[in-house]
Amino acid sequence: MKISVIVTPKKNVLDPQGVAVGHALESLGFPKLKTTRVGKLIELEIEAVDSPEFRTRLDQVCKDLLSNPVIEDYRYEIVAR
Amino acid sequence: MKVAVLQFPGSNCDQDAFHLFASGLKVNTKYVWHKETSLGDADLVVVPGGFSYGDYLRCGAIARFSPVMKAVQAFSQQGGVVYGICNGFQILCEAGLLPGALIRNSSLEYRCITCALKVETSNASFNPNFLGASVKLPIGHGEGNFRIDEAGLARLEANKQVLLRYENNPNGSLSDIAGIRSEAGNVFGMMPHPDRAFERFHPSMDGLKVATAVLATKFPELLKHTA
Amino acid sequence: MSKAASQQSPRDPALGVAALLPPNPDPLLNQTITPELIRKHGLLPDEFELICKSLGRQPTLTETGIFSVMWSEHCSYKNSRSLLKGFPTEKKGETKDYGRVLVKAGEENAGIIDVGDGWAVAFKIESHNHPSAIEPFEGAATGVGGIIRDIFTMGARPVLLTNSLRFGELSSPATKRLLRGVVAGIAHYGNCVGVPTVGGDVYFDASYEGNPLVNALCLGVLRHDQIRLGKATGVGNPVFYVGAATGRDGLGGAAFASRELSEASAADRPAVQKGDPFMEKLLIEACLEMMAVPGLVVGIQDMGAAGLTCSTCETASRGGAGIEIELDQVPQRETGMNSYEIMLSESQERMLVIVKKGREKEIEAIFEKWDLHASNVGTVTDTGRMVVKQHGITVADIPANVLTDQAPLYKREAKEGEWAINARKWTPAALPDLDAKGVEAALSALIASPTISSKRWIYRQYDNMVQHGTAVGPGSDAAVVRLRLGDAEKFIAISNDCNGRYCALNPKRGALIAMVECLRNLACSGAKALAMTDNLNFGNPYKPENFYQLSECIQGLAEACRFFDVPVVGGNVSLYNESPAGSIDPTPTVSIVGLIEDEKHITRQTVSTSGSRLILLGGAPHELGGSQYLGLCHGIKAGDAPEVDLNAESLLQTFLLTQIKAGRVIAAHDISEGGLMVTVTEMLFTPEVGAPNALTLGAALDLSSLSASRLDALLFGESQARAVIAVSSVVEKELLSLAASVGLPATTIGEVNASGVLSLAKGSIKTQWNVAALRTGWETTIENAMRRPGLN
Repeated sequence: MKISVIVTPKKNVLDPQGVAVGHALESLGFPKLKTTRVGKLIELEIEAVDSPEFRTRLDQVCKDLLSNPVIEDYRYEIVAR
Repeated sequence: MKVAVLQFPGSNCDQDAFHLFASGLKVNTKYVWHKETSLGDADLVVVPGGFSYGDYLRCGAIARFSPVMKAVQAFSQQGGVVYGICNGFQILCEAGLLPGALIRNSSLEYRCITCALKVETSNASFNPNFLGASVKLPIGHGEGNFRIDEAGLARLEANKQVLLRYENNPNGSLSDIAGIRSEAGNVFGMMPHPDRAFERFHPSMDGLKVATAVLATKFPELLKHTA
Repeated sequence: MSKAASQQSPRDPALGVAALLPPNPDPLLNQTITPELIRKHGLLPDEFELICKSLGRQPTLTETGIFSVMWSEHCSYKNSRSLLKGFPTEKKGETKDYGRVLVKAGEENAGIIDVGDGWAVAFKIESHNHPSAIEPFEGAATGVGGIIRDIFTMGARPVLLTNSLRFGELSSPATKRLLRGVVAGIAHYGNCVGVPTVGGDVYFDASYEGNPLVNALCLGVLRHDQIRLGKATGVGNPVFYVGAATGRDGLGGAAFASRELSEASAADRPAVQKGDPFMEKLLIEACLEMMAVPGLVVGIQDMGAAGLTCSTCETASRGGAGIEIELDQVPQRETGMNSYEIMLSESQERMLVIVKKGREKEIEAIFEKWDLHASNVGTVTDTGRMVVKQHGITVADIPANVLTDQAPLYKREAKEGEWAINARKWTPAALPDLDAKGVEAALSALIASPTISSKRWIYRQYDNMVQHGTAVGPGSDAAVVRLRLGDAEKFIAISNDCNGRYCALNPKRGALIAMVECLRNLACSGAKALAMTDNLNFGNPYKPENFYQLSECIQGLAEACRFFDVPVVGGNVSLYNESPAGSIDPTPTVSIVGLIEDEKHITRQTVSTSGSRLILLGGAPHELGGSQYLGLCHGIKAGDAPEVDLNAESLLQTFLLTQIKAGRVIAAHDISEGGLMVTVTEMLFTPEVGAPNALTLGAALDLSSLSASRLDALLFGESQARAVIAVSSVVEKELLSLAASVGLPATTIGEVNASGVLSLAKGSIKTQWNVAALRTGWETTIENAMRRPGLN
């Protein structure tokens, strides 16, 4: 299966990259932005079967390695079998 | 005392830290490779700067899973003294040995400059008495912007865990925080480099004093250098 | 021709498929070599004829690709080699203690110079102009990565980087994009790999619009017995490939459009190489560890552009041997790569290592330790040929030395361009001289002009302190770095220079000036020059005016090298630097490394206390041609470049060094862009360490004793062989008389004070500046131009 893990800065954490991108968009004449946040997309391809146990392990690596819970949130999508 | 300087793939201030202790403070210092599972007879573990594992994913995120970090966790739980500089600070935060996290500088640019730092009067585990109000240390980082939630910050301040603050904040750090210690007082981390401020031709020689202030409570023999 | 080859039956030549090689496993590579294909590979019809003659048959498409790379200007120097022969590659004078050339220019990836006590330095500069124009971040980053590999492949540990950058006018949005990208790219790579970027030079000029120059230098340190060469010797010795896997990187930039070679969409291919500094850091450590094992490494070479091609044929040719490799053993990042793609790939962070037979396990163990792969891809043979196989089928079979040494050499037509001839005729006769108001405005403008202003915005993004050896970092005449040599230490200085404006007006003089200014910078820092590396950046050599510039500049550099007995230990030629508006100003960038015998001799360009006397050495400046003042204040790029008198330069530099060694000099700064007033002003800008300086220095200048026919030329002219030194009042008289005794003009022009005001008197002309205001202009020009909203 293919898993897309999306890691974003927590809502109340300063995101300097987001600020820069937001300003750049506005300087291109793009409508005024409420927020711009820059995160990461991590694509995993794996031979495994989706199961509650698998999800538990996936959550664990998302918390331990792929995101830093102090500053980041994560979510994932299981995209294809 | 015996000092162990950790080496991860991508550590590049390992020699700097080694010489701060070996040549500057003249203590017995050795390197410990990241694949080691034991710290040997070390009394102090130094986690040096650099770009461990390329700082890919997040600074310090991958290094914390190195075999040697398991030993460092155990060492610190038994009260062993751990000192992280720059990338070492980032690794200790990622490993949960220090609170908070370090994100990209607010300028989005790497900064290599010498900073004036305000010395915080702290409790017994940090001995700044001979530092004066301010010291000068170089910084060299792209991700030194210290972040922590409100409750965490309140706890840091209440416990006097902040060691140094920037006089002119170079990276956007919350409350100008440049270095902190753990609540228990045996784990220390800072973005500024004492390992770039200990030779005659360096921008300052305050690195010797700062390292001593951090460590002298546990290792009083270091105080001879401040005499 | 080898026996095996002669036994094969020739194919029908009409098909255009190589006569004596079997068909390539990829049918796409078995196509007819048409004149169109030859042209697309950048080969001339005559060159193709020569290739056929050397091979005794038509080359295959893979071989054509291999030739196109090896016979390109980048690898063969075919348009410049005949000129480069004029460079001295060895030191003529006494080299008892240090200064001996251990590895000469052109022999290896980098030259090596003895610094004494069994230690040596390897250094070289290389350009990455075109990749940086396309993709500034990756282009500049991989430029740094490439030059670092050139150094550690010699066995040296890289200890410093510098760079020489040229951009269009800072006001242009394109320049800002390129500057931001290039600086971030250099920072990304150098910072991560842990080699300090300690210095450089940056000029902004419209001639570089659209064609920036990115020249990167690396210097490494090693013991004499650690020198490793890129030679394949010992028949049967295994050939290892180490480092990153090969992908289709950079093929979009290859002469032949890769789209035609495989069905994979061209959109999937990166046209520029992407660097991985983390991989490079591991490679440095693993390779140095491997080279430290006695007798294990026979030869080693990095893989740069078309790395597998270059490294195999060059090591074979140098060793007088052959090499046979099997591409199936080459680590590949993508599936389905054919021989053309693998041989021409520009993937980064790869090395070729020839290992002593029977000791394969040792190298594998070292690379294992660093989590890297070492793959045995072939063997050294005695055929003198580079034989490449894929799936066991020979896909290329070429005598190695034909690729490396037999590219045709050209001497193109050289004729000076009309523009330069006319521009030199300019005289200041029609230009009104400055009054007091004009003087005041001119200095304020010059000190804040992008080329002269502080490059702090750039160098604070570079880690210039890692390895804790930086004694004088970026922003002084020369950078000074302490080398830790076992238990001993030595200090070396390095400086880069080249004023393209002078070279455009008078190429030979411009090149001489690049050399003498660089040497002067070293002398001001207290260093004695050891050797030089150069990066020749020019336009299309087929244009006679460009070839004239190339030829004249090389003559100028060579003349200065011989005069000062500074050998050339290597360099790089970058031609075809053109933008729609025309060729760049000729830019023969010079970098010279010097040795400082004693730490006490390290001298900076700034003063830090009041009271010292400022002494002008070399006499009053009097020329305006080619000056920044003319360009900035009058929009004129004309006149002749300043005169060069090598004897006067030598006299000045010897005096500077002697006085520095005698401890009489507090600070020394040469006169260059912006002239005398800019020099003095910059001397007052004491570096701020962490906080503003306690006192703002000023100076009271009285130039009344200097004779000058024009005030503008005296204050802002860029006459050569001049410097300003700060000395204590106690030694002032003695120093002046010592200068007089050797025939060096020396005049006290003023005194440093703590007033925060720079004042100037010249006869009836009196004016003054607030030093803090000048400093703000100087420090913030580039920062303000590069500021991004919302960020600080």
